[in-house]
Amino acid sequence: MGRIGTIARRSFLVGSAALLGGVAFGYYMYKQPVDNPLDDDLAQGEAALTPYVLINADGVTLITPRADMGQGAYSVQAALIAEELDIELDQINVDPGPPSAAYWNTAIADEGVPFPSTDRGMAAETMRGFMGAVIKLMGMQITGGSTTVPDGFEKLRVAGAVARETLKAAAAEMSNLTITQLKTERGAVVLPDGKRIPYEALAAKAAEIEPVTDVAPRPSTQWRLVGKPMQRVDMVSKSTGTQSYGIDMRMEGMVHAAVRVNPRKGGEVISFDATDAEVMRGVQKVIPVAGGVGAIADNTWRAFQAVDAIEVEWGAAPYPAEQSEHWQVLADTIDAGDADATPRDDGDVDGLATTVEVEFRAPYLAHAPLEPMNATVLVTDDRVDVWTGNQIPRMTQSSVAKMTGVDVDDVHVHILMMGGSFGHRLEDEVVKRATELAMAMKGTPVKLTYKREEDTLQDFTRPLALMRGRGAVADGKVTAMEIKVASPSIMDSQMVERQGFPVPGPDTTITQALWDQPYAIPNYRVTGYRAPKLGPVSSWRSVGASQNGFFHENFLNTLIHAAGADPVEERLRLMTDDPSRKTLEAVAEMSGWGGELAANKARGVAFCLSFGTPCAQIIEITNGEDGIKLDKVWVAAEVGKVVDPVNFENLVAGGVIWGLGHAINSQITYADGRTEQENFWDFEGLRNYQTPEIIVRGLENRDYVTGVGEPPVPPAAPALAEAIFRATGERPTEMPFGERFGFV
Amino acid sequence: MKLTVNGVAHDVDVEEDMPLLWVLRDELKLDGPKYGCGVAACGACTVHVGGVAVRSCQTLVGDVDGPVTTIEGLGNPDEMHAVQAAWLKHQVAQCGYCQGGQMMQAADLLSNNPNPTDEDIDDAMSGNLCRCGTYPRIRDAVKSAAKNLQVS
Repeated sequence: MGRIGTIARRSFLVGSAALLGGVAFGYYMYKQPVDNPLDDDLAQGEAALTPYVLINADGVTLITPRADMGQGAYSVQAALIAEELDIELDQINVDPGPPSAAYWNTAIADEGVPFPSTDRGMAAETMRGFMGAVIKLMGMQITGGSTTVPDGFEKLRVAGAVARETLKAAAAEMSNLTITQLKTERGAVVLPDGKRIPYEALAAKAAEIEPVTDVAPRPSTQWRLVGKPMQRVDMVSKSTGTQSYGIDMRMEGMVHAAVRVNPRKGGEVISFDATDAEVMRGVQKVIPVAGGVGAIADNTWRAFQAVDAIEVEWGAAPYPAEQSEHWQVLADTIDAGDADATPRDDGDVDGLATTVEVEFRAPYLAHAPLEPMNATVLVTDDRVDVWTGNQIPRMTQSSVAKMTGVDVDDVHVHILMMGGSFGHRLEDEVVKRATELAMAMKGTPVKLTYKREEDTLQDFTRPLALMRGRGAVADGKVTAMEIKVASPSIMDSQMVERQGFPVPGPDTTITQALWDQPYAIPNYRVTGYRAPKLGPVSSWRSVGASQNGFFHENFLNTLIHAAGADPVEERLRLMTDDPSRKTLEAVAEMSGWGGELAANKARGVAFCLSFGTPCAQIIEITNGEDGIKLDKVWVAAEVGKVVDPVNFENLVAGGVIWGLGHAINSQITYADGRTEQENFWDFEGLRNYQTPEIIVRGLENRDYVTGVGEPPVPPAAPALAEAIFRATGERPTEMPFGERFGFV
Repeated sequence: MKLTVNGVAHDVDVEEDMPLLWVLRDELKLDGPKYGCGVAACGACTVHVGGVAVRSCQTLVGDVDGPVTTIEGLGNPDEMHAVQAAWLKHQVAQCGYCQGGQMMQAADLLSNNPNPTDEDIDDAMSGNLCRCGTYPRIRDAVKSAAKNLQVS
């Protein structure tokens, strides 16, 4: 494990210092239970049995603190609680709950530790535990990193079991029976004579007694829900147009707002003239906001019209104005040779004769969820309410408290259903802008909706990245692989700059999914270079793995081709992790890899281990007269346990489509300091007519559970690149492939 | 200005050049049609005017010359249209934001073409963007709805 090297010690030491009290304090705090946030608002007769189960006269509400942006988080969290609580999904309400340290995400840190996720050894587990303590201390209630299921798999089932046993204890007291005489089913405790006491009727009693915490979740053989097809709790509303989202927020007296912020992100407003806007129909007020201007009107469209009518002189961008300069910065950063981290350095890369050299690029990309950024904020003297769809409620609460001077406990963040996110809602600039407007409209609820153009122009994109590779092959085998990758730091931009949240040590997202791949290439080095600040960047579905999966696998396919080996066989030979090998074997078997193909057809394969989930894909394409057509994709992913096979299939297929669509069609580029793309006419992923048939298989060969929101994304682009190479003889080196290759 | 939406007559006092989408959402409080792009590039705002699917974000309210149907008027949770029932059966939605528009487009397709081929579905549905990537299920659901409509 030479690759732990210096990076582990650096992260550990700096990380513990950042706790202000050190590790001992951290450990102490980690052992302290966190107050149940539901206790504060309980009325008579209500019981909050754990932070996840609320029972009152309205019924049973399961608190699902990981936000739902379309991935089915509410359903999967509810199912895990309901499994143990003995209640059905059609009997419960779900609510994302208040921002609270009780809902800290312990799994989010796993991807940041300097151990490959397949390493479950003691050192790695200790480090994960430590990072978990850090997250708890920071109260980092985050939805991201494909962590909802791994984080909740035990915790939510235990919460359900605690609630169930406490309800049984309450029923035992009320009926003068012993707990062992009681059963639970469909939201009721059942007495030996068959009499049913609904959980609602036990709430008052359960609130009086000590919770029964000495419980263990049931073994998998007794599961009723987990692993079986479910109907998501939001499926009826989303199939009938009745689901409400953040953008649908409406309150008595609410006004509508729009903003235009300097498209040279972070630049100033030099001057503005709102004379025309102020006299437009329905316009109530024009308000300057940080870096821009806002307008308040009596409906959304009039607010849009008003901000567009304001003449603004914008200041310069605090980063290079032209795209070519951004690429040059990356090249210069690698050339300067000051590494951010070398998380893998096996064998002797320098000592070998290079046979293959490559340079690959991945562009900036927008998140562009279909529901544009929006937030509704009501500011009064002693209380602020925020209604928005957001993955970071605690950070938002803290930012709004700072801006308004209202005590953090009096800032109430209400998380609403999200029309997609893909990482966009890990940012809360829209809440900050809405708060500025609401501070100028005290007592009046203000709903701020971004125009699509504003959403695109103000997006904090995926970083662009440049990768240089040197490698060697001998005797039909890959013998050496050196990867140098440069990109701006997501952690610097997203966490440090915009959230004021220190992230010590190297930025692990720069080399994510490059250094921790389960291949035993004898000479294998990965070096990350942190470019100076360019366009502001953020986490984009699968984060560093989104570009690095392409880099690593496109390079590995290049080397395997140079070696004259088969890309499935050579990977299997190199793989050190058995579940990863089984994942690749699964797609090979599903697709009949190695069989004869028609003359104009070709296939490509890729694999990526990201967020702890091995995912392998094989794509088949037709190189026809009208261009390249994506025919079919086979995809396998190892997650330990597929909680809901129906939702799993949809998420995996969607991840493949996300990966393919951006790989061929999409990029964000800068000119004159602003992004050139504004709307779906010049930035779109895949559409229906380009979508291949997708065949999905979930694998359960491990005893721990990992997530699947992001892992299907990284292998899609390199598998396609390999198929294109085999079909055309030309290997794509740069995304989007559509710049060089024609697609149907 | 007179406007009939989902069978109900309304009188709205708005500019003639206000897009129908915003009249529906902000004046009539019908949230089924969604704002995604404002330029007819995503289809989330799709409604029927006189039985034909249109992008309400690019349809000026002054130009509306027939009754308007939104996703709320197509069917409801208690009485679903065949397209909505198929969407539920196939669990098409992820975030669901585009799906109202997708269903309105699909209903329009099936009313003109009761037995669409894969190519017909691609042609009719490719103007409706889904960022979550639910297209495979949209295809399945359209075919399923077509079958059910033919039976009934």
